[in-house]
Amino acid sequence: MSALAAVAPRRRRADRVMRSLLLAGTLLALVPLVAVVYYLLKQGAGALSWSFFTSDPTGRFLGDPGGVRSAIVGTVLIVALASAIAVPLGIGLALYLVEYGKASRFANVVRYFVDVMTGVPSIVFGLFIYIVLVLSGIGGNFAGWKGSVALALLMLPVVSRSAEVVLNLVPDSLRESALALGAPRWRVLTRIVLPTALPGLVTGSLLAVARGAGETAPLLFTAFAVNTTTWNLGSQMNSLPIQIFNDVRQAQANIVERAWGAALTLVGMILVLTLLARLIQRRSRLA
Amino acid sequence: MEAATISSGGSPALGRPPLSRLPDRLLRWALTAIALGVLALIAYFFVRLYLESRPVFSKYGVLDFTFKDAWVPSKGQFGALPLIVGTLVTSGIALCIGVPVAVASALYVTELAPARARQPLTILVELLAAVPSVVYGLWGVFVLIPKLKPAEQWFSDTFGFIPFFGGSVAGPNYFIGGLILAIMIIPIVAAISREVVATVPVEHKEAALALGATRWEMIRMAVLPYSKAGISGAAMLGLGRAIGETIAVTLVIGNAPEIAKSIFGQGYTLAAVIANEFGEAASDETHRAALIAAGLVLFVLTLVVNFIARYFVNRSQRAMARSVPEGMAG
Repeated sequence: MSALAAVAPRRRRADRVMRSLLLAGTLLALVPLVAVVYYLLKQGAGALSWSFFTSDPTGRFLGDPGGVRSAIVGTVLIVALASAIAVPLGIGLALYLVEYGKASRFANVVRYFVDVMTGVPSIVFGLFIYIVLVLSGIGGNFAGWKGSVALALLMLPVVSRSAEVVLNLVPDSLRESALALGAPRWRVLTRIVLPTALPGLVTGSLLAVARGAGETAPLLFTAFAVNTTTWNLGSQMNSLPIQIFNDVRQAQANIVERAWGAALTLVGMILVLTLLARLIQRRSRLA
Repeated sequence: MEAATISSGGSPALGRPPLSRLPDRLLRWALTAIALGVLALIAYFFVRLYLESRPVFSKYGVLDFTFKDAWVPSKGQFGALPLIVGTLVTSGIALCIGVPVAVASALYVTELAPARARQPLTILVELLAAVPSVVYGLWGVFVLIPKLKPAEQWFSDTFGFIPFFGGSVAGPNYFIGGLILAIMIIPIVAAISREVVATVPVEHKEAALALGATRWEMIRMAVLPYSKAGISGAAMLGLGRAIGETIAVTLVIGNAPEIAKSIFGQGYTLAAVIANEFGEAASDETHRAALIAAGLVLFVLTLVVNFIARYFVNRSQRAMARSVPEGMAG
């Protein structure tokens, strides 16, 4: 304080003004978060009821629009299959990069293109899967599993990049001690490296799943949408983001209300995944 | 048999029977195969998009498709200029609003905030990224558009003499799209800026303070020059996000394939046109090819932007690596 008192008033004023501007910017960034959550609760909470979760959309424009059961089932199944594809592949890729590829030229090329993949717009993944899997007519027309593949493409680089960071945190001394004791490489990976990195790997994967769950664009013309609940990933499937996307563009008040309810449900699901990921991260022994 | 084992055990200290090396080899091959597979996938990706969009490029020509102001699918006219302009205008608005806010929050969190507030502020800003695009769209349609309409009208009336600000205000428009995009890119720009700012050597900051600089002067003279390249990279990555963002923009842009005279006019973007018209385009081969071509243009645009972003971020990382020995020597 005493040091600051010696500073010329003009400089002190500039300091005050700029500091408050930076604070204002920070608060401004949080305004949309508060506003979105407020309106989600205000508009969405009213839509939630037992029948909202247990009935399918009726598809009628007047009268009772029905609930979102098929959308919830669809989202859970599509995202589960997408994770089952993206998580093992992503962690495998990261294992290659950290344990075998290291700084080799090939590994750097792979790393670069994984980075490129994170920048690809999600709708382009949707287009690609539409061309490769829907146009070609493999396993029928639109299908839930095709949506899963599109989501998996989107999640793969996210999983891989976070896994690479975590695997790099495993101390080399652990690997070296295991090798010195005569353990073969694969045992070092499966018994030492993976268990040590496990919490971090789970966190990264959960965050990728949360990101995939909210995506609409890749599902638009891969999984498509039907109103009825189906557990069959081989048929067309509804999903929460698609349900919201379609409902927003209707004029009827009760259909719009369903969109708010579905949005609240979706954000709730994503929030649970995100919190779970952070909790596990806190328990991690690494960093 | 026994003799062979003994003799092979004698030479290299770590010799193992060949069979027990098998899992090692398999694991290595499997992991390498995954890496190769990803590369092949990306190559295939590009090739297929190109092949599928070729009908439209060969019919209209690459330049005509990209730079002609006519998107009338019903008449078989496919000039993507209004879409490209829409994409660039909304992303530009997003950068103008989002980057200053994101950088301010990054600087505040790393340099000014009380230690206890750092973690919560960081998490709150990151939570912005947890809200799905379609939910921002929903909020934009039913909250942002009606609430901001009077303010936009007032702004347009008062500052209408500035080019691109005057004229009538449409409900859904470029500005609303840009604003939603700004919100969506804040978390990523803020996160990378935070990382970059956190790497400024503490000696530089302490030197500034020791010379009598105020906190802001320290930020201006020590922190910002050092992290300039990294922050530019963060902004470019944000731009890449904004260009590719689809669903939220589709809901608030108005979906009119024309170049509006002001930022408060309706427009269309590359991503939005794909999302909107794909249903009807499935039966019309040229229309479908045109949409895939729009996807390809979008893809190339994000590739270029991300390439530049990587260049900036890498340069700042290299600067960081160089400064370490300097710091140790000093």
